[in-house]
Amino acid sequence: MVALTKSEMAERLFEELGLNKREAKEIVELFFEEIRGCLENNEQVKLSGFGNFDLRDKSQRPGRNPKTGEEIPISARRVVTFRPGQKLKARVEEYAGTDTQ
Amino acid sequence: MTKSELIETILSRQGQLSSKDVELAVKTVLEHMSQALSDGERIEIRGFGSFSLHFREPRRGRNPKTGDAVELPGKYVPHFTPGKELRERVNIGLRSESQA
Repeated sequence: MVALTKSEMAERLFEELGLNKREAKEIVELFFEEIRGCLENNEQVKLSGFGNFDLRDKSQRPGRNPKTGEEIPISARRVVTFRPGQKLKARVEEYAGTDTQ
Repeated sequence: MTKSELIETILSRQGQLSSKDVELAVKTVLEHMSQALSDGERIEIRGFGSFSLHFREPRRGRNPKTGDAVELPGKYVPHFTPGKELRERVNIGLRSESQA
């Protein structure tokens, strides 16, 4: 399966908006870096039409070393979850419909 | 942070582009990502994470109003897996809060 990457996003900004290649690359870097920075500060990111990046605090829970079977606690941690917005969900579902026909 | 706040922040971090350009760029990136997922394509951003589609099996649901059984077809839903750097950075944030 092919995958979309930052370089293709920058390429599109160059083609469609006429940004120069350096500007296009910088904007794409900043886009992801600002979202990361926000999440790092425990702040939710809401991108209407696309989706929300939320944070969830998980408490410590028992785990196991799968190799040795030894019990080791999994430490408390914060995780990022993504909730796709209605618009994105509808678009993705639409694709699946045409795919299975 | 909302989309317009993201646009403002990016604008303040760079020197060359107008606010209209940054706004269009952010919207273009989001549209590119939505389009890729709608085409069944994955998105892979190193250090941030990847987006892919997960299949939901067809199931029998109910119309909440009438209680009638309805067949719900299988469908795809977008799914995000955070990358290593993002996973680590949100936990640095967690540690510095608990020390404060």
